Amino acid sequence: MVKVTIDGIEIEIPKGTTVIQAAEQAGIEIPRYCYHPGLSIVGVCRICLVEIERMPKLQVACYTPATEGMVVHTNTEQVLEARQAVMEFLLVNHPLDCPVCDQAGECWLQNFYMQHALHDSRMFENKVKKSKALQIGPNVMLDSERCILCSRCVRFCDEISKSNELGIFNRGDRAELQPYPGTELDNDYSGNTIDICPVGALTDRDFRFRTRVWYLSETESICPGCSTGCNINVHHNDQRTYKAGGSRVSRLKPRYNPDVNEWWMCDAGRYGFTHVDADSRILAPTRSIGEEQEMSWGEAASEIMTKLREVISVHGKESVGVILSPQMTNEDLFVARRFFRDGLGLKHIDFEVAPLTTGAKDDFLIKADKNPNTAGARLLGVGARQGSGMTVAEMLEAARKRKLRALYICHHDLANGFAVDVVEEALTAQDLVVFQGPNTNSTSALAHYVLPAAAFVEKTGSFTNYAERVQMIHTAVTPLGESKADWQIFRSLAKEAAISVPYFEAEDVFQALTAEVEAFSGLPYAGLAGQGIALRDGQALPESETVVA
Amino acid sequence: MAGKIISKFFDIDGGNTIDVYERHGGYQSIRRVLKKMAPGQVTDEVLKSNLRGLGGAGFPAGRKWSFIPKDSPKPKFLVVNADESEPGTFKDRYIMDRYTHGLFEGIMIASYAIGANKAFIYIRGEYVRQAENLVEQIKCAYDRGYLGKRIFGTNFNLDLVVHRGAGAYICGEETALLESLEGKKGWPRMKPPFPAIEGAFKCPTIVNNVETIAYVPTILQEGGEWFSELGSERNGGLKLYGVSGHVKKPGVYELPMGTSLREIIYEHAGGLQDGRKLKAVVPGGSSAPVLTADEIDVKMDYDSLAKIGSMLGSAGVIVMDDTTDIVRALYVVTRFYHHESCGQCTPCREGTGWAERILKRILDGNGRSVDIDNLLNIAGNIMGNTICPLGDAAALPLKSYLTKFRADFEAAVSDRNGVGKVADEPVSLLN
Repeated sequence: MVKVTIDGIEIEIPKGTTVIQAAEQAGIEIPRYCYHPGLSIVGVCRICLVEIERMPKLQVACYTPATEGMVVHTNTEQVLEARQAVMEFLLVNHPLDCPVCDQAGECWLQNFYMQHALHDSRMFENKVKKSKALQIGPNVMLDSERCILCSRCVRFCDEISKSNELGIFNRGDRAELQPYPGTELDNDYSGNTIDICPVGALTDRDFRFRTRVWYLSETESICPGCSTGCNINVHHNDQRTYKAGGSRVSRLKPRYNPDVNEWWMCDAGRYGFTHVDADSRILAPTRSIGEEQEMSWGEAASEIMTKLREVISVHGKESVGVILSPQMTNEDLFVARRFFRDGLGLKHIDFEVAPLTTGAKDDFLIKADKNPNTAGARLLGVGARQGSGMTVAEMLEAARKRKLRALYICHHDLANGFAVDVVEEALTAQDLVVFQGPNTNSTSALAHYVLPAAAFVEKTGSFTNYAERVQMIHTAVTPLGESKADWQIFRSLAKEAAISVPYFEAEDVFQALTAEVEAFSGLPYAGLAGQGIALRDGQALPESETVVA
Repeated sequence: MAGKIISKFFDIDGGNTIDVYERHGGYQSIRRVLKKMAPGQVTDEVLKSNLRGLGGAGFPAGRKWSFIPKDSPKPKFLVVNADESEPGTFKDRYIMDRYTHGLFEGIMIASYAIGANKAFIYIRGEYVRQAENLVEQIKCAYDRGYLGKRIFGTNFNLDLVVHRGAGAYICGEETALLESLEGKKGWPRMKPPFPAIEGAFKCPTIVNNVETIAYVPTILQEGGEWFSELGSERNGGLKLYGVSGHVKKPGVYELPMGTSLREIIYEHAGGLQDGRKLKAVVPGGSSAPVLTADEIDVKMDYDSLAKIGSMLGSAGVIVMDDTTDIVRALYVVTRFYHHESCGQCTPCREGTGWAERILKRILDGNGRSVDIDNLLNIAGNIMGNTICPLGDAAALPLKSYLTKFRADFEAAVSDRNGVGKVADEPVSLLN
């Protein structure tokens, strides 16, 4: 540990800490463009110059290690002048096209100009012309004139995605960011370059010109794209959806979590939210026997429960199969367990459907298991592997033979895991098929009743990732149409069956869950928000155990 | 005066060949060093000689060598900086052309001193003939067994490689040079670590200028003290001064460190053309702050020039007489640094181009009175705020020309003969 003084604040920090990090710990923000804690340090933007006593020149705070007894000043006249000078230099050739720039509102040039510069322009010469609106990859647009050559994106591609697509070509103020000849910025993590670009040089093809960022609200969530459970922020546009083709969710951004995804997320997760506002969303409970007909929740619950009781009374409890989903939260699954297993006394409950094509994976963030809560479902014991009931495959076989008479299917498109005719034969042989989920699919098309479940951005709850870290999703936007959280749907059905589900909020469910399920016992609800809590002290499960579901 | 050391070979026919060099006493120094001296003794002798880094920075060569970590298990490298690109500088070219084996002998001694078994000559891409000569003469040295394994029957091995640059001034900056040598873009590195600790390929590396190395054989032959006494205090030996511009006899002159600038211009370089008056002198390559005609009674060594706010730099003396348009001269210099700025860090990348455009506008007759102070301010904002010294190299001429010849600039901005006259403050940004 070394002791340093920054702007009069004395702090103790581990040896090797840089001045910029030490300042952060002292609560002092030194402006930065090229410095990013997740990337190597290059010290090129020069905005972080600070004064260090007994050093003749200003030093860059990002590169200089804080040493014992060092006295740093971040707001002397000399520092402020240098900072303003760098700011002025950065804007010399910048097009200042904020009114048409997508970055406006979250641009570090704008922010630091307001905080540290506020100078009048002295630049009366022509600016250097560079290429604009250049599509450098499937997701990323480049405007070289806005680029301040901080090289964050270059370093990201070299050090994090390790795909080395980008370079800075030419010299001096003619220097330009470009993909290497013959390549494009096309890797599984390319969207992160947009996040770390401090200016409007790299913009998101999916997002640009759709929403001004100041119309966006931000809600903490977890990416449901795979079992990694990358921490994200959902950026949603609640008031001006008409400006964005009706979509309420504008984009997903990674949220820092040192134990899970650091600062990053993959492109599949980033752009994988389109189902939320898709036309395929189920808006109301629907009866699809003969003519398709929308119904109220009350009607739907009572009809479904009546039919279910009929099946049970005629063919017994073993004639009903329940297929839950690892897309559902711990809370959803817990209420499902309480309703189907404990309440109705059903035996055949499972959630795992192995996909026909194995999901892509890598050794960084992308896991083959494309579900956010497989570990949670296992810990809650709602799978055939955990109980004694049939697996999904066995259920379909039994359904085809009419040993099963009713199937209750959540979220799954069974065609992803089984041949189409297998699913069709099984489902058409049933007296009752209920489908519950946010979007229609080939399975819902075969159901007698289709119930609208809220999408992950429309509900609060928790997922347990592959390493058994419990992390929270929060309601960002209100559920579309009549849809509601899965556990609330089970609650309505349970009410019809006079089974007690005495929960009003997701928190109530969670409290009951921690009281009842050993693996989760003692988890504080309040501690889940933010970075989540690891059930086994952050120890990751070996890959072989996290069998693809 | 001790006569000449390097430049005596300049007038000898075939001075670049191994035979002529040996006939004039070449390769004796290295023989003696390898047989009789330990590496540390060599470094001590160079320390005693007060040999400074003659590329421009003037850092004592012996001290630099002593920074090589003694206990590092990594290979060490010697890199000879032959990227002579500073405008007004052409001394290393003479050395490589005509004192080729003297340079090699210096490389061998220096490599022995620092424990290197591989040395590189990084030569600027434009020096095509020089590179060809080096390659040819290296081959001769290998053929004779002076390079390669077991040199002169000792256990000392040395390979020497010529690496050609691709035409960037910045690659004369030692860390940019190392990046370029490693096959990367010539972007200066952050320091520390300094090259002596982590240089080429992350190994301890000494980067020395051609001229510095070329003096080493003589120092080891004649002794450090002898060499030191040739020069002025703390500035040992002789120095090659390259004189260009408005003089009767431009060329390279080998003179003791600390010879006065007046003597160099008027005695050795033959003085100015008849009827011309001296206006300005750049004493050490285009980045050195300019001197006025009144300032030339200065000793040409590192410490004396630093004392009057300039620098010896590469000792490329650029003489300008009273026909010189000082505004245009500064424009030319600034255009050069703008063209050569590597673009890595902000102040130099943006500031040099900005300054050039202002100067161009003044030259076009559209100057404004605020331009002068703006230029001074831009230079001040670049100074000291960049990774490498190129920022300073661009800022120093701006500062010195604008301060010392302010009247010329004021005349230029008030005498607006341009077509599109502009007001002091712009009336419209759409102009």
